Amino acid sequence: MSGDTEDTGETLGTRGDIWGHCGDIWGHRAAPAAGMSSDLDVFVGNTTLIDEEVYRLWLDGHSVAEAVARRLRGGVLEREGTSVAVLQSDTRDHYRTFQMLERLLHVPPRLLQQLLFQIPPERQALLVQRYYAFDEALARELLGKKLSKGTKKELDEVSARTGVGIRSCRRQFDNFKRVFKAVEELRGPLAENIQQLFLLPPPLARDYAAIVFFANSRFETGKRRLQFLSFADFAACAQSMMGHWSQGALAPEAAEPDGDLPKSFLQDLKELKVLVTDKDLLDQHKSLVCSALRGKISVYNELEASFKALSRALVNVGGKLTHARDVRDFFVDLVEKVIEPCRSDKWSPGDLRLFLTHYTAAPRNLPGFRHQALWERYMAAITACLLRMYHD
Amino acid sequence: MPGKLKVKIVAGRHLPVMDRASDLTDAFVEVKFGNTTFKTDVYPKSLNPQWNSEWFKFEVDDEELQDEPLQITVLDHDTYSANDAIGKVYIDIDPLLYSEAATVISGWFPIYDTIHGIRGEINVVVKVDLFNDLNRFRQSSCGVKFFCTTSIPKCYRAVIIHGFVEELVVNEDPEYQWIDRIRTPRASNEARQRLISLMSGELQRKIGLKVLEMRGNAVVGYLQCFDLEGESGLVVRAIGTACTLDKLSNTSAFLPACNSPSKEMKESPLVHPPSHGCRSTHNSPIHTATGSRLTQNFSVSVPTLIYTGMGSGSAGKEGGPFKTLLRQQTQSALEQREFPFFTLTTFPPGFLVHVGGVVSARSVKLLDRIHNPAFVGIMGNTRSYKLLDWNSFNSDEPETRDAWWAEIRQEIKSHAKALGCHAVVGYSESTSICEEVCILSASGTAAVLNPRFLQDGTMEGCLEQRIEEASPPGCGFCHIPYDELNMPFPAHLTYCYNCRKQKVPDVLFTTIDLPVEAIVVGKGCLIQARLCRLKKKAQAEANATSISNLLPFMEYEVHTQLMNKLKLRGMNALFGLRIQITVGENMLMGLASATGVYLAALPTPGGIQIAGKTPNDGTYEQHISHMQKKINDTIAKNKELYEINPPELPEEIIGSPIPEPRQRSRLLRSQSESSDEVTELDLSHGKKDAFVLEIDDTDAMEDVHSLLTDVPPPSGFYSCNTEIMPGINNWTPEIQMFTAVRVSRLSNINPTNQTLNKNFNDLCENLLKSLYFKLRSMVPCCLCHVNFTVALPEDELVQIAVTAVAITYDKNQALQANKAPTEKSQQRASTDNEEQLQFPLELCSDPLSAQPFSPAKEVLEGASSHSGIPAAQRATSLEKASPLAEGYLRHRSVPSCTNSTVSVVKMTPLSFLPGAKITKYLGIINMFFIRETTSLREEGGVSGFLHAFIAEVFAMVRAHVAALGGNAVVSYIMKQCVFMENPNKNQAQCLINVSGDAVIFVRESELEMLPVQPSTAAPQPTSSAGDVTT
Repeated sequence: MSGDTEDTGETLGTRGDIWGHCGDIWGHRAAPAAGMSSDLDVFVGNTTLIDEEVYRLWLDGHSVAEAVARRLRGGVLEREGTSVAVLQSDTRDHYRTFQMLERLLHVPPRLLQQLLFQIPPERQALLVQRYYAFDEALARELLGKKLSKGTKKELDEVSARTGVGIRSCRRQFDNFKRVFKAVEELRGPLAENIQQLFLLPPPLARDYAAIVFFANSRFETGKRRLQFLSFADFAACAQSMMGHWSQGALAPEAAEPDGDLPKSFLQDLKELKVLVTDKDLLDQHKSLVCSALRGKISVYNELEASFKALSRALVNVGGKLTHARDVRDFFVDLVEKVIEPCRSDKWSPGDLRLFLTHYTAAPRNLPGFRHQALWERYMAAITACLLRMYHD
Repeated sequence: MPGKLKVKIVAGRHLPVMDRASDLTDAFVEVKFGNTTFKTDVYPKSLNPQWNSEWFKFEVDDEELQDEPLQITVLDHDTYSANDAIGKVYIDIDPLLYSEAATVISGWFPIYDTIHGIRGEINVVVKVDLFNDLNRFRQSSCGVKFFCTTSIPKCYRAVIIHGFVEELVVNEDPEYQWIDRIRTPRASNEARQRLISLMSGELQRKIGLKVLEMRGNAVVGYLQCFDLEGESGLVVRAIGTACTLDKLSNTSAFLPACNSPSKEMKESPLVHPPSHGCRSTHNSPIHTATGSRLTQNFSVSVPTLIYTGMGSGSAGKEGGPFKTLLRQQTQSALEQREFPFFTLTTFPPGFLVHVGGVVSARSVKLLDRIHNPAFVGIMGNTRSYKLLDWNSFNSDEPETRDAWWAEIRQEIKSHAKALGCHAVVGYSESTSICEEVCILSASGTAAVLNPRFLQDGTMEGCLEQRIEEASPPGCGFCHIPYDELNMPFPAHLTYCYNCRKQKVPDVLFTTIDLPVEAIVVGKGCLIQARLCRLKKKAQAEANATSISNLLPFMEYEVHTQLMNKLKLRGMNALFGLRIQITVGENMLMGLASATGVYLAALPTPGGIQIAGKTPNDGTYEQHISHMQKKINDTIAKNKELYEINPPELPEEIIGSPIPEPRQRSRLLRSQSESSDEVTELDLSHGKKDAFVLEIDDTDAMEDVHSLLTDVPPPSGFYSCNTEIMPGINNWTPEIQMFTAVRVSRLSNINPTNQTLNKNFNDLCENLLKSLYFKLRSMVPCCLCHVNFTVALPEDELVQIAVTAVAITYDKNQALQANKAPTEKSQQRASTDNEEQLQFPLELCSDPLSAQPFSPAKEVLEGASSHSGIPAAQRATSLEKASPLAEGYLRHRSVPSCTNSTVSVVKMTPLSFLPGAKITKYLGIINMFFIRETTSLREEGGVSGFLHAFIAEVFAMVRAHVAALGGNAVVSYIMKQCVFMENPNKNQAQCLINVSGDAVIFVRESELEMLPVQPSTAAPQPTSSAGDVTT
């Protein structure tokens, strides 16, 4: 769909041949196009006409013929009393316009500055937003994958699985990759950077931030036991993690990009291991939480039985984040070691919320535990993730 | 008056990557004017260079300022090889040369390359300091204003309308020079662009000099065209109307409602002279002749055809002496002029006294490249043509072309005289070239003018006052100017249906816009006659002869079609008639476009009656009567569609297609057939005197069929080729100007005229259908100024280009307003026999005609609130946006675009913007571009290539207007679109020439906020007119 043309070199001395000027005004007789019916047909408005329905068809990757067929099914002919030829001509015009616009849509601020197409601002916004909108099923498939050529080659399968047209898949993949590349090296909040560079509405920019975050950290999301999680779940998790853990969350002028979790923070998380390695602390922690929850939670017995296992899992997930290989398993660990045991014990989401609240708060009263701030920062994101993920 | 031109190069943006290794560009800029070149520093490694150069100063004389364009070239610096050109910007600095226009040109210009199109943008500031110079023998004409608009521009007042100015310049076409074989396509295209730019500048300067000689200060209706004559050269020619204009001192005092062209016109010329416009009597239909003279010793004489509706009229008894007196008066005023022609199509009230009909002349010429032995510099002006130094002798003396045109104009003049007219208005000239044959065409409307505007107010006498009393404004122009007793052609005359005092013809054809004071019933519509004629391929004289022989028949048939289609719509007059005859290798094509209307002053048109040849044959007769019924139904349907309910006999007319047995006119298929067999067959129920169509052969049958194939526009759409759509008067500010181009193959192994006609007809109809579909979101709307241009680029290839503007109107108000005309005319009819008073007449014609462009406040507010959607609101509407059904698309060409960095520039072929007031004219835009590609397939084939090019042309026009400080182009026209392709070589080339007037407009809604007088719409002009008359 790319409208880019290569810069073709000029050749000297061919001019006379090109139009065959000798005695022939425009070289018409020089080479009559053999059997080729040159059907030139264009319509150009001073204000560029954008047909939303055709734009949708184009974005979905339909060919002109398919688009015409779909429009016909939509009943345009009956409504407008026109002919198929008119519909074809109209569709082709729009497709050409979109192809020319696509180059600009890759850099939305240029769409605003360019002089070639006069498009009212609200139409420009619509064009950009629709171009960058994506199918969540597709995004879900690609979460955590490296946005590389290899992945792009696998899009055929993804397309088959998700039912999204292959051309549309490729376009959306390219969008992810383009946004990823553009913000990879930038400082500051990811979502805001994306919003600024691509002029997306805030919710869409946040979704892209999540995609970038996942692509950067390469979290594993494809395992069978993670299948029950939707794109929206992961996006919410990513936002919590970035919101609580990234450097930007503490100091706005952070040195590192938002997409990378700060190294020092991850390093510090190792300190929290004391909560499970120190037998006394673990016991005290348990008793604090249990006493706070007694009578308030329906699964009290189960909690008492599994507290140590849960606590170990929750703390160790953080401790492993320094190693890239272990980072991948972050969500797998959470599901396997926290969500699944809770689910099998029939915890309600309310139970989990209550537990996590007290679990996070309790260490404040633990003698000798000096990492409460770090602990709360860590647990804030973990809590948010778990609560979001705790569903069937 | 020498001057200093100052140029500053500020910055560039979005430059292309020129160095693949670094993905960056080392750009610098060359600024060239005349022979002087300055360079900026190289701004290394950036696609968004910030040069911020010093002011480059060129000290030049004003002659050079007028002729030369400022040439800005952006290049990529290369240490080891030649610098690569990125692209160019040509800036016409003419708008800076007169005081009232722009003072500075400043803004982002697209950097244009003839091979790659637009490649980034450059920010430039240009200023001119002019020094006063009292040299009387100067060659420059700085200060003369040019307008493409074919009416007196808003915010000006016409003091004197001097008349016709013309000039042409000839040069060798760089594309055909030997050097062209060894230079790059880019160099060749640029040489051509630059040459045409130079020639345009020179032409404009020369026209300006002529205007100064006439003591004028402006050219209105300036039309410049170029003829690509191939080997024999390049002709740039221009015509216009010289005027003395006065700027209306306080434009803001001008009420918002007065933005309508009609209104201002009404005011402007009447302010000064104390007497009201002289209005008298007469008029007639069409008078056309085809003269064909070939070059040199070769000439073919073609019989002159005069055609019109037929019938006889009785002599008038009144107005004779006045007429003679008036004629003498006007004659003296026009006598000094060689050609009393006016390119205007809309006039100050009172200027146009009578309209005679269309006059046209054509001539076939052979472009001869042999007879140019003289090694003479073209204009004796060597400076401008350095480009051509390799071979700078003249290809053809301009005198030859001048003589050709002079001949045609002479013919036009004599035709006008034959119609009892001394002037020609709505005058235009055109050419069609194929190989070495060239058809020169000129046409206009013969008219009698009020001498008061033609020279200083010496002509005001009691005579005018007396004529005045006898001539009501709504119908005066329809009254015949020629002598009833000595008519130039057989015509059917009746007493004017409006005033009942003077004679009018049964139909009226004109090339002008509908006069604002005209009383119209119902709405107008676009009417086209389309025609193909095969001709044998031939060379030189033989070719010219066969073309000359075909022309009269084509003219005749075009006229017949127009007449039939007009009747089929139940209308009686055509405005804006433009007949284009295009010559190709093996055929001629004729396309006539006009806007049909029902003038209340003219008689109700008769229906169309079909007459069969063999009345004995039963089935045949049945067939005939079937056809007759179809025609009658169509007429009835059209009357309903266009709301043609003449006041006199409303109930009868709605029901019956052939209402009044008033006229007896017969249509002859061609001269040969018209001989003795023509008998009047009275088939329809004793109703006589309808328009009789004879079905004497299959051709005729085809013709009748083709009459019925014209599909009316879908509901909610109207179309016209004039500025003003009669009967619609509540435009909203939403406009969409567009250009559509189609090239189609008329593929037939054995083409006949009939199949070709059908193909051509289908092509046009499909194109219109396609436009209606594209613009369906604007309904209810009207396509105004629909301008078709036909070219025959190759055997069997037909190229049609359409430029028009779609304007939405408010339907609810339309319904109310629709009643007005009928009421008005009824009111008029009732007062007909009473004393004709100027004042009340003005009053009642006013709301109908004079304020069609002042939409009520509600509309404006509605529209502006649409455009000014707050960002938040917009965001929410977008977020919930989902694929909408076809019909829901609501495309708004929104005016205010505050968020965007690019300012919105509106473009329209009309001379006004609905709902807005033009506050300043910034100068004319006249641009010529060439685009070429050697990778046609890669650029999306022919359609992709041309689509991009047209978009680029629009973009460059908008950028120039914005840089002048303007926000719109009015009277925009695409004068030429020459497209050539060679698919086998993957190549294509296209030339486009556009022009228009750059203006600043202010929305009426915004004007209202300004502290000016309250804006009561109607009374203002009326009272001023009243002041004058009383």
